[in-house]
Amino acid sequence: MSEPSTAHPLRQAFGRLGPLLGLAAIWSLFAVLLGDSFWGWDNQRLMLLQTAIVGTAAVGATVVIISAGIDLSVGSAIALGTVVIALCLGAGLPEVIAGAAGVLACAAVGAWIGAAITGRIAQVGGVTLGAALAWATAVPLGVPLALTLGAGVAAAGFLLLPRFIGSVELSPFIVTLAMWGALRGLAKGLGDNQPVYVDGHPAMLDLMRNGDEGLSAIAAPGVYVLAALAVAFAWMLRNTRFGRHVFAIGSNEQTARLCGVQVERTKLWIYALASATAGLAAILQFAYLGMGDPTTAEGYELKVIAAVVIGGASLTGGEGSILGTLVGAFIMTVVDNGCTKLGLENWVQEIVTGAIILVAVAIDRVRHRRG
Amino acid sequence: MRGVSKRFGATVALSNVDLEVRPGEVHALLGENGAGKSTLMKILSGALAPDSGTLELDGERYSPSSPLDGRRAGVAMIYQELSIAPHLSVAENVLLGVEPTRGLRVLWGPLRDRARDALARVGRADIDLDQPAGRLTIADQQLVEIARSIALGARVVVLDEPTSSLAQEDVERLFRLIGELRDRGTSVVYISHFLEEVRAVTDRYTVLRDGESVGAGVTAEATPEELVAQMVGREVAELYPRSPRQPGAPALVLDRFGGRAHPDAVDLQLHRGEVVGLAGLVGAGRTELLRAIFGLDPVVRGDVRMAHVTGPSSPGNRWRQGVGMVSEDRKREGLALGLSIADNLTLARQRTLLSPRALAAESQPWIEKLGVRCRDAEQTIGSLSGGNQQKVAIARLLHADVDVLLLDEPTRGIDVGSRAEIYRVIDELARAGRAILLVSSYLPELLGTCDRIAVMCRGRLGPARPVADVDEHSILLEATGAREATA
Repeated sequence: MSEPSTAHPLRQAFGRLGPLLGLAAIWSLFAVLLGDSFWGWDNQRLMLLQTAIVGTAAVGATVVIISAGIDLSVGSAIALGTVVIALCLGAGLPEVIAGAAGVLACAAVGAWIGAAITGRIAQVGGVTLGAALAWATAVPLGVPLALTLGAGVAAAGFLLLPRFIGSVELSPFIVTLAMWGALRGLAKGLGDNQPVYVDGHPAMLDLMRNGDEGLSAIAAPGVYVLAALAVAFAWMLRNTRFGRHVFAIGSNEQTARLCGVQVERTKLWIYALASATAGLAAILQFAYLGMGDPTTAEGYELKVIAAVVIGGASLTGGEGSILGTLVGAFIMTVVDNGCTKLGLENWVQEIVTGAIILVAVAIDRVRHRRG
Repeated sequence: MRGVSKRFGATVALSNVDLEVRPGEVHALLGENGAGKSTLMKILSGALAPDSGTLELDGERYSPSSPLDGRRAGVAMIYQELSIAPHLSVAENVLLGVEPTRGLRVLWGPLRDRARDALARVGRADIDLDQPAGRLTIADQQLVEIARSIALGARVVVLDEPTSSLAQEDVERLFRLIGELRDRGTSVVYISHFLEEVRAVTDRYTVLRDGESVGAGVTAEATPEELVAQMVGREVAELYPRSPRQPGAPALVLDRFGGRAHPDAVDLQLHRGEVVGLAGLVGAGRTELLRAIFGLDPVVRGDVRMAHVTGPSSPGNRWRQGVGMVSEDRKREGLALGLSIADNLTLARQRTLLSPRALAAESQPWIEKLGVRCRDAEQTIGSLSGGNQQKVAIARLLHADVDVLLLDEPTRGIDVGSRAEIYRVIDELARAGRAILLVSSYLPELLGTCDRIAVMCRGRLGPARPVADVDEHSILLEATGAREATA
């Protein structure tokens, strides 16, 4: 009875490497079918480039999903990020500041989401009301007066609304579904309903160009951004208390709470960090498009979730890895790229991607079945 | 820790209860389900606040605002349903929430050392620290939880029914461990139904009945009869009504019946007009047996015959064949808590076209017959007490007019009064010629209500013996596998 039921070591290893083996199989299939037009490095670095944006956002989403949460606002956050960056550049701000503004805007959105999920909808609602008021009255009242009014309302709302509403916990699905719509609207409002073009050629655009020499000739700089982010997040999940608490919350939230894990604060950070990676993805998306576009990245939230899930994470939490997510994101790119090269139409690719999601999760379920 | 006394408001879950646990003693908290043990322990752990009364820990006032607060003060609870993060490693589970860190970084070396230390003190230094805790057996998961309380430096450890799902050798190891905790000066509060265990492992005891402390003393000086008398009070005779019954034709016959994991080649005959009890430890396969009979789980071998119908079937067909089941998990499986009493009660037999009013009218007689205390049949069932919810779950079988009733822990977590009413219903049903298969982990209940009792151990079902031929002791021996079933 006291013999622990351990799976066969081979099976365990297979389980961990499952997504990687899947990738190898799909990649080899296309390599055989297509020859060097597929496996040549030119195509490889193109695929890496195509993976960079979804992959970057998916790194953050992995953390959310391990904690048994979900984020449906990723695509809208990316669109908002591109608009913010373009507007900052248009206002003559340095590129570094513009990029940081894009990331910070998204991180603020994430903190908002985290606060709403952990019961502080009244507080963030009050602050949002103040900000909206400041924006709406900036023209008739002038900026200083509008800011004062907005700050006053925000402070009053932050302090008073919770007394009337109390703590209301909302599910991540609902909060991020609301943000999925609201952030898209905010992006359109900021961009005045159209793309925000940028004069000249900011150096930022080279992030998503394959260069002619040096490191950028091997892969575009954006790919290195993704790689660095992935390494940092993988380390964080493995080696920081925060990272382990992410797993604990996803595995058994009651236990985590009982053991003194600061569940609320941890969740706040989870969503802020995840949205910050969406902001990083927005920089790459901006570099790819060369403009800020409020209608871009539509449906990316689902691509991101698909990458995480194909990579072996469980939507019920407690499981998932950055490496798996990267592999999942790359699998989707390989399928798109290979199908295009085979001359298959878009609708075929979409069906194949859907099938891969099902097969990946089914294999994962079989792997988990014990007894 | 001394002088814990407190009272609850209108419902009087606890009325002026005293509990005194001395340093370095194992203290038994006895009482039937619903006596107020879990309420008292929730107050001790900080999950509930008392309406009145005070708590002291080591001579100082102790008023925990949350379970976390209680743990920090040195009171660790180990519930029957273990509190493990299954995906995290064993080492991380032991030190969850108190991980050693430098800056942001978790220090894996010290973390593993401290976890191994704590595990060594529970006698299992050999557990692989890096495997996911969910892979451990229940017994080892429990040790991980005890190690967690040791790593935290807990002064009071509360064990709630710790042996309910353990095999005999694990129980013995747990008892040795409790002895070691005591010798190091840790106080242990031990909650159990099993008087043999209480006598084997505890120093002193407190008995709760209906929210009051009715007795306390040194365990060795009290006989089991005295303890039972204190627990049950004077109602023991009428708690289990039993009218003369006449077993009739077989209503349910199992022949080498087996499911996927459990049960294993079960033979059983259940007659009309009798109550057969299934005893056994949690996880022995009793629930699985009922589920397989009812068609909820696949049947892989053997045969089931109900009166005229044979062979495996679906739950829908079972209802039509006159078989009904009450689930052990009332909240998640047994009832749709958001729906009305009428919806729940009539769910198993509804016409294609129906109106809420017709359902309510159909439900009313059953509500009255079983004494369900409610506003009306339209009331949401989630707002009823556990006992009244369970009466509705049983009324569903009566409304569907079934001949065979499969009852899985029908009195779990409900108060003494409702339990007596459910026993009365069971007795009336048996007298009216229905056949009842009753799963219960509470032995006095089985002995009080059943005509025959069969014991299940690791998926195997022993022979059903007349209730006069068995007692708690013999059932326990057979359930723990200490004695092989002999026909």
